[in-house]
Amino acid sequence: MRPVRYLKVTTVDAAVAATRAAPDAAFVAGGTSLLDLMKLDVLEPAELVDVNALPLGKIEVAHDGLHVGALVRNSDLARHPDVVARYPLLSEALLAGASPQLRNMATVGGNLLQRTRCSYFRDPATPCNKRAPGAGCGALDGYNRMHAVLGTSDKCIAAHPSDMCVALLALDAVVHTRGPAGPRQIPIADFHILPGEHPERESVLAQGELVTGVSLPARPGFEQSRYLKVRDRASYAFALVSVGAALRIEDGLVREARIALGGVGTKPWRAVEAERLLVGQRPERAAFTRAAEAALAGAKPRKHNAFKVPLARRAIVRALATVKGAA
Amino acid sequence: MSADDKAGGAPALKLRGDPIDRVDGRLKVTGAAAYAAEVDVARVAHAVLFVSSVARGRITHIDTSAARAAPGVLAVVTHENVGPVPRQPDLAHKASPGDRVLQVFEDDLVRYSNQPIGVAVADTLERARHAARLVIVRYETEPPIVSLPESFEVEKPSSPRGADPSQKQPLDFMRGDPAVGLVASAVRVDHVYTTPFETHNPMEMHATIAAWHGPQHLTVYDSTQGIFEVRRKLGASLGIPKENVRVISKFVGGGFGGKGSCWSNVVIAALAARHVNQPVKLMVTRPQMFGPVGFRPPTRQHVVLGAAKDGRLTLIRHESRSSTSRFDEFVEHTTAPTRALYWCPNIHTSERLTLLDTGTPQFMRAPGESTGSFAMECAMDELAVAMGIDPVELRLRNHADVDPESGKPWSSKSLKACYQRAAERFGWRRRDPRPGSMSTAMKDGNQLVGWGMATATYPAHQRGAKAGATLWPDGTASVKAGSQDIGTGTYTVMTQVAAETLGLPLARVSFDLGDTDMPETPGSGGSTTAASVGSAVRLVCLALREKLAALTVGDARSPLAGGAARDLRLDGARVTLAGSGRAEALAAVFARNRLETLEVTQEAKSFEGRRDFATRSFGAQFVEVRIDRDFGEVRVARVVSAFAAGRILNAKTARSQFIGGIVWGIGMGLHEQTVYDERLGRVMNADLAEYHVPVNLDVPPIDVIFVDEDDPHVNQVGVKGIGEIGITGVAAAIANAVYHATGKRVRDLPITPDKLL
Repeated sequence: MRPVRYLKVTTVDAAVAATRAAPDAAFVAGGTSLLDLMKLDVLEPAELVDVNALPLGKIEVAHDGLHVGALVRNSDLARHPDVVARYPLLSEALLAGASPQLRNMATVGGNLLQRTRCSYFRDPATPCNKRAPGAGCGALDGYNRMHAVLGTSDKCIAAHPSDMCVALLALDAVVHTRGPAGPRQIPIADFHILPGEHPERESVLAQGELVTGVSLPARPGFEQSRYLKVRDRASYAFALVSVGAALRIEDGLVREARIALGGVGTKPWRAVEAERLLVGQRPERAAFTRAAEAALAGAKPRKHNAFKVPLARRAIVRALATVKGAA
Repeated sequence: MSADDKAGGAPALKLRGDPIDRVDGRLKVTGAAAYAAEVDVARVAHAVLFVSSVARGRITHIDTSAARAAPGVLAVVTHENVGPVPRQPDLAHKASPGDRVLQVFEDDLVRYSNQPIGVAVADTLERARHAARLVIVRYETEPPIVSLPESFEVEKPSSPRGADPSQKQPLDFMRGDPAVGLVASAVRVDHVYTTPFETHNPMEMHATIAAWHGPQHLTVYDSTQGIFEVRRKLGASLGIPKENVRVISKFVGGGFGGKGSCWSNVVIAALAARHVNQPVKLMVTRPQMFGPVGFRPPTRQHVVLGAAKDGRLTLIRHESRSSTSRFDEFVEHTTAPTRALYWCPNIHTSERLTLLDTGTPQFMRAPGESTGSFAMECAMDELAVAMGIDPVELRLRNHADVDPESGKPWSSKSLKACYQRAAERFGWRRRDPRPGSMSTAMKDGNQLVGWGMATATYPAHQRGAKAGATLWPDGTASVKAGSQDIGTGTYTVMTQVAAETLGLPLARVSFDLGDTDMPETPGSGGSTTAASVGSAVRLVCLALREKLAALTVGDARSPLAGGAARDLRLDGARVTLAGSGRAEALAAVFARNRLETLEVTQEAKSFEGRRDFATRSFGAQFVEVRIDRDFGEVRVARVVSAFAAGRILNAKTARSQFIGGIVWGIGMGLHEQTVYDERLGRVMNADLAEYHVPVNLDVPPIDVIFVDEDDPHVNQVGVKGIGEIGITGVAAAIANAVYHATGKRVRDLPITPDKLL
């Protein structure tokens, strides 16, 4: 492990100031992703700016939603009574991720920026455009069973690994940040970016911009949201496919629908067309199946991950049926 | 005459030993047990390996200048500066079954990915790690081959080369005439089964501390399954007599076969210590576990079974292929269980190797028996389905009353009782054989239910072992044997054997192990430690009793003179004669004979009584799986297993062993596989997040039934060994249950959701 400078900051301003002109600096909170990748020589920041002492560790309940500080640990968020009652999808997603030890450390802010588990990204002895732009993509024609089928490019097919982000996407969360240009609010759907020609860029954050929190709008009618995760073993496994689903049903018809997917997209994936198809329909299997078809219409499977396409369709149908059944 | 009859009046061992807690349990849970890397050695320096990032080629350039200049760095050793190192053995001159051809910087060739190519030594672990990553290496590469061919045709050069001296098992076996068996069959099944690369992932990675005392003498603390093998290999690889090497291994955090050989890292630790002229600690990192320290090779197995209308087998054909490295030879003996499981007049088995650009494969819990029984026991299930015969009934009809391979009678065999008792506890009678038929009773309409079973088996080996025992004047005894406790309970069960044989309470007996200064024993592998070391401990304690008898009942000067040896009892610091009221203080016995203690050493050679018998353990595995109808997620819901494995020395540690094996069987069936990038020859899941083993949620209630078995022939203690049988048959039972639930036959492990969509 190479030597790094370490700076502990106690104010958001200091955190921003410390990194605004230092592209080789990195914020560190729980460290569950960053330290792991540093040990693998994948990330090599020259300076770690420790933000754990910033006053961003609160969950604030308001009538119009919930504001979650960036330093709230995954385990605390998952067990918060308002989250359990009002956003069960989020609680389920958090508890479906990682292990208890990791959830006790991992933060909301860090999880928004969780790095892919693509084995080529994680192994500096192999080619990866995300880690080393222009080096080529090892996964395209390599071992790609865990890789994305949606939002891919010919430069990168790495799947976004976060469970939490899928839930936040389904819940229309807004990311709050503070950067050199001041504070801003970014709808989560606009927060992550597709790999395109530049897979090394994963979010819209500017140099020195720090995630300070996430707000969740009140979603009446979404109390029966669900997170469904399909995986190779019962716990501590990344999603083959996951679905965050919510339905608002009135008078026997779907008035509003949310379908977000994990494990299949290069970023947390919102199935907008599928949601649109459901609105105004009876919440029945036929409609769910049509929505699932639409959600995967643009899928581009590779050699080992073609199974994700039918698996994702089935998971969408099941998740919607479960939400409806509980409603 | 059984072993117990020869015991000179010593108490017979219980058929099922008391379920006492581990004698070292407290040390382990309090952290007081020092594992190899935790031993406090003065002035120890830290070494970190660096390994090849390509799978096949040559190092054209290696620049260590930045590493050497980094703070705290004591040395960077590569092929350019290692100095003279004795040649590794050629395949015709291997010294032991676990003797491996190592990579200790002898040349610039890269033979596999993650091959050790150098080591950085520094005053702290962090600085050594940093130095290792500052080394710049350039390669000239060739495309590697890292997968088995689809075909069973033997390519040139043909392999195995047959040079491995440990090859006691036939690579080819033929009895009767397969063509006749084929003609005689009314029903045939004919399929190919495959199992993947698997990597040992004990919690404790390989770890060594090497300390030289002058240029010719070495002490090594090592995490190993074989201290004497490490001693031998270090001597041979360093060019010093093995007697100059002392290897100590008091606690091992899991081995599972992976630590059954002395690998390159151990020799490199010693080389590095010599280089820096101070003790060196070297621990293999988790990613480095994937390549240079062994793994289970992939197998491709073609099984053909033929049966007459009554279900009796007329033909067994089992052709198998596994891999080895280009520079060494390891055969996964997949066909061994096939030759032992069922009676069949016409049988043909063969094993072949493919040379790959990987490290050398290695024993991994039930080598051959686990992979081979997967293929054979799935094929038996397929035959049962094809014939409409219950899978248990089919196995009973083909029960081998004598060993089919040797024709010898079994020293003991209780397989029928295993089937019967496990089936009854499981409720097998209620099974409707039609695929999917048992899912309708489920409340959750998305769950499919399947029940499957398979036979478990593992050979009961014994190897020569020595032990020493000392009786002290205070009436306590200490017993020792080189050996090692790889987490199985060796400390505990040997203490029990010694205490029972000497007739002493447990608290008055201590047992020590894990040091080559102690009496020599075999490696802890092949489920042999309890049988081999247990026999030596039994014999040495019997010899101690005899010696004490000679000095008391056999000595006219003793107040016990003339008594019967069988009536001797140790009672505190006295020796008494039961029923007589006579006693003599041990101190007096010793003083009369000018002894400070009473000491004996004994060797238990392979038991004479074994020769005329075939020796194997057997068991029956029954599993229930639940499968998500849409997603193909398989979860094992319950397991009921029965095992008959001779004498059980401790019912608690034995149960843990069986359960551990079964849990690994669940991993083998559903989770474990080491995945390579075929072009790069690199492992793509070299960590515990992506290399899946079962987690708690994957492990259901496991019900283990002991079928008591009194075996007077197998060895001096009647123990067959239980370290490995637990895993055998589990993957097949799961695959058979998956078929029963879904109607889909998955013949390619592991059974992941994508294979069931």
